[in-house]
Amino acid sequence: MDILDILRAALQQALGPQAIVFVLAAIGLNIHFGYTGLLNFGQAGFVAAGAYGMAVTVVTFDAPFWIGVLMAIVAPLVLAVILGVPTLRLRADYLAIVTIAAAEVLRFVFGAVETKDTFGGSNGLNGYAKPFQEANPFSSGLDLGIVSFGRNDLWSLTVGWALVALCCLLVWALMRSPWGRVLRSIREDEDAVRSLGKNVFAYKMQALALGGVIGGLGGLFLALKQASVVPSDYSTLMTFYAFAALLLGGAGRVMGPVIGAFVFWFLIAGLGSFFSQSAGDGGWIPEVIMTDTQASLIRYIMLGLAIMLLMIFRPQGIIGDRREIAIDGR
Amino acid sequence: MDADMTDQTKTDTAQTGPAGLVGVSTEPGAKKPDPILVADSITRTFGGLTAVDVEHVEIQRGAITALIGPNGAGKTTFFNLLTGFDQPNTGSWSLEGKSLKGVAPYKVARLGMVRTFQLTKVLAKLTVIENMRLGATGQKGERIWAAPFKFLWGKQEDEVTNKADELLARFMLDKKREDFAGSLSGGQRKLLEMARALMVDPEVVMLDEPMAGVNPALKQSLLGHVKSLRDEGRTVLFVEHDMDMVRDISDWVIVMAQGKIVAEGTPESVMADQRVIDAYLGAHHDTDLSELDEARLEAEVEAEIAQEEDSK
Amino acid sequence: MRKRLYRVLVALIGALMVLMVGSTVAAQATETPPPDATAIQVTLQDEANKDAQGNPKPIEGVTLVVTKDGDKVGEGVTDAKGVAIIEVEELGKHVVSLDEKSLPSGTVLDENTKNEATVQVRFQGPNNRAIFPIGVTAGEQSSFGKDLAQNLRAGIVFALVLCLAALGFSLIFGTTGLSNFAHGELLTFGALMAWTFDQLFKTGGLATVSVILAGIIAVVLGGVGGYVQDKVLWGPLRRRGTGLIAMMIVSIGLSIFLRYLYQYFYSSSTRSVSQYSGQQREEHWYYLGLAFADREAITVLISIVTITVVCLWLAKSRMGKAMRAVSDNPALAASSGLRVDGVITNAWVIGAALTALSGVLYALTLQVNVFMGMRILLVIFAAVTLGGLGTIWGSLVGSLVIGLVYELGPLFGVPTSIKEVGPLLIMIVILLVRPQGILGRKERLG
Ligand SMILES: Nc1ncnc2c1ncn2[C@@H]1O[C@H](COP(=O)(O)OP(=O)(O)OP(=O)(O)O)[C@@H](O)[C@H]1O
Ligand SMILES: [Mg+2]
Repeated sequence: MDILDILRAALQQALGPQAIVFVLAAIGLNIHFGYTGLLNFGQAGFVAAGAYGMAVTVVTFDAPFWIGVLMAIVAPLVLAVILGVPTLRLRADYLAIVTIAAAEVLRFVFGAVETKDTFGGSNGLNGYAKPFQEANPFSSGLDLGIVSFGRNDLWSLTVGWALVALCCLLVWALMRSPWGRVLRSIREDEDAVRSLGKNVFAYKMQALALGGVIGGLGGLFLALKQASVVPSDYSTLMTFYAFAALLLGGAGRVMGPVIGAFVFWFLIAGLGSFFSQSAGDGGWIPEVIMTDTQASLIRYIMLGLAIMLLMIFRPQGIIGDRREIAIDGR
Repeated sequence: MDADMTDQTKTDTAQTGPAGLVGVSTEPGAKKPDPILVADSITRTFGGLTAVDVEHVEIQRGAITALIGPNGAGKTTFFNLLTGFDQPNTGSWSLEGKSLKGVAPYKVARLGMVRTFQLTKVLAKLTVIENMRLGATGQKGERIWAAPFKFLWGKQEDEVTNKADELLARFMLDKKREDFAGSLSGGQRKLLEMARALMVDPEVVMLDEPMAGVNPALKQSLLGHVKSLRDEGRTVLFVEHDMDMVRDISDWVIVMAQGKIVAEGTPESVMADQRVIDAYLGAHHDTDLSELDEARLEAEVEAEIAQEEDSK
Repeated sequence: MRKRLYRVLVALIGALMVLMVGSTVAAQATETPPPDATAIQVTLQDEANKDAQGNPKPIEGVTLVVTKDGDKVGEGVTDAKGVAIIEVEELGKHVVSLDEKSLPSGTVLDENTKNEATVQVRFQGPNNRAIFPIGVTAGEQSSFGKDLAQNLRAGIVFALVLCLAALGFSLIFGTTGLSNFAHGELLTFGALMAWTFDQLFKTGGLATVSVILAGIIAVVLGGVGGYVQDKVLWGPLRRRGTGLIAMMIVSIGLSIFLRYLYQYFYSSSTRSVSQYSGQQREEHWYYLGLAFADREAITVLISIVTITVVCLWLAKSRMGKAMRAVSDNPALAASSGLRVDGVITNAWVIGAALTALSGVLYALTLQVNVFMGMRILLVIFAAVTLGGLGTIWGSLVGSLVIGLVYELGPLFGVPTSIKEVGPLLIMIVILLVRPQGILGRKERLG
């Protein structure tokens, strides 16, 4: 076993393009759940809407690249309205159920044989990312000793982290404003907010749409980065990875999703690599206890445990405020 | 707009406010010279239980009206109905002649009728001053497109903050300014909620048991505040169990029992009214309250189950 | 040469067989025990050549070649039942092609039939698809009426089994207010236990009652599981005053944790319980013109009896009434002297046992897979939301409607491979027009 190897794999993942997708999804969830208290269990659906908004526009409808980018923003917006209208007036669990259902419906539809002509079936779509790749200004990759990124990854990383920075800035600016105050108040008690003359439904809708669009940007980024969209990427697991990252970092904090996603991916990738080295051929864990396939499941088991334990023992996450949580106990 | 009513306010100011209540009949549903709020045949049932059944009621503009009645009389439910937080089975009601039927709660608040809750609804994880700021109306920074740009709303925010600070001082909460609202005591929460409602600058203030849990010394100064609201020309409607307070500040008292209005009148006349003594004080005068509550709760559980069985 | 119609079906082992309640393929698929390894299963039947019972004859001895990215990765020949199982190493897209030369003489491919099909082998998620028809000559063979009868039959079975799980969900939701996202895992647990104990008994002296015994044990274990869950996890959380939303998120964590723990021990392959009493050909029971295979008939019978008993119990018994009182208004029930915590524990035990039973019945009529619960969970949600979240009678009605919609949807244009879409769309529409569900009451205002 090679400790350095494990560290390298972990760091590579935590900084790499895959983590960015989850950071963006988690920033969106932070607006939903962290600030407004909306329980969106279908963030993967918004991410998918962004990705497919791009891919379908360019591949299926032959539109120019920039219209594809536009559609990657419009599609999650439309999804937010469709989901929000029936559910935002209802109790939180209705939204949770409807969003998780809608995300799955989207994935089924995108992957179905019957809609193959539009969405490409289970193989997805590709061949739209050329303009993005051609815009790459880097001539070579980057090697920092412990981690290294190829030329394409470097370009993705630059764009991705810039996108993350922009979104964080936007969230910060919004949440210190009176608008953000209304959202946080809705999270606490929406009837109180109503009694003060605020249109709670409209604010929730705005929050759902904004968070959804940021999730959609994550999808757009994923689509550009891997130059193909595949329905199986957008399973509910994606939502819950983002949720775990958010809870770990601290919900309701601007930097919560970023720190959370970094730490979470570091741990998941590190442990994943640890177990895959330990199990199977040449590992120290006997085959009876853990095979290679079983080693690859450890990360999911940990994901579930992490969500449970975080919610029970440290709901404020790494950078949350203890006092705020303590109040809840009353 | 009710032309009749506007006429009255213009020509005969003596009929507005407490002065207008002189000589008004003490029958339930009595006509007031200058009503700001009028409700007709409002009923609300929960399963088999009729919580509210109000034939007609008018609330005088610029006066302090108390709504009293035993526990479970339907006072809170009536508040919920008037402010749009709950929908009645039947009935209509209007504020300044404008029908409020089917109007969303936030629009009712914008029309100038703001309520507080019996079970306080402070925003626990916001500071006291943030709670107050939320109350202000017409904030530019509450629009999503203006929100990211502080120069668009910064100045207004300062004004809002000044106003909030004044109110906090009045309600003796200025020392708690930066504390989380969730850390306040029960009485302080009542105060904060009332102060926050005033941030809206309402025409009609509806307070659901504002004095419950507030200490006697503070109570006196609060009474002063409520009176000063009237002096500013606002209408106050409040629910209260504390008879001293009712006697002290209200210009008019409406008595509810089992969902119905059983009597109205000035505090003195109501306290002496036999119907009130029967319905409100008399009926349960000698029974042990805890026993009564339990019996009632049990009856309700049974009623609900029976109802569910019916509906299946 | 006379043109013949036949139907070629490619079934993917490891797929969730929920989709195929009562369809011809399900019966076929369970008769040949699938290997544990990743594999593609193909069933060939000659639609134009029926036996005395009207079942299409299987085609034997046809060579099938599986390729991945153009490289050949496997080959198989159909056996006497027309089934070929071809193991593959990797996940991903595979192409199955049929060697036309190996077809028995006199049989040719119908003109609409292609001789290859693409199969996506994906075990890591619940999106595995079971059936890939190659060249089904739609319309010519099956009449709408026949399809309707068949789907109706499948719908009834599915709806009743769904009903048990939804009832379990409603009991727990009603008393605790928790939208339990780990509910599907309770169902999977029942199915897995039934399978495990069936494996244990089926070779010994108890072979004749193996399935029945395994089912009973699974239900009991399910109840015990509910008890343990409440005592170890939910009870302490309730006493800490944890909010409902926080608990909902905990249940998500639990669901993921359990699902992959199951996969850790059971792998992602699909299994089926043994044929009870070693019966080879299933008898069919006819009722109202619908033919139920006897395992389906038994499933229907068990479901109806259980649902009736539970409903009577809720309506008549002391605990049942208490449970409904708690569902109605916990604070009120507590203040009128009910031991709410005891009632909740009861709800957990009974709810979990009912759900485990639902899992056992799924295992019986379909197959067992560690992801089955997650997939059914969404349909359960649709059912209980449709009926009105937390109302017990509502969940009955909701499940019946959703179960039928699920199976009948394909007749009205819902693509077969995504049958979930019908129920979920109906749920969203219902929420739009009647947020409290069909039988639900309006929300209380605090
Ligand atoms: N959402 C509800 N569902 C069922 N019953 C309700 C509901 N709200 C109120 N009730 C019933 O309606 C009746 C009136 O309740 P309400 O809260 O209006 O009384 P109240 O006059 O405010 O009493 P108190 O003085 O104790 O505050 C009570 O019997 C109560 O149990
Ligand atoms: Mg009250």
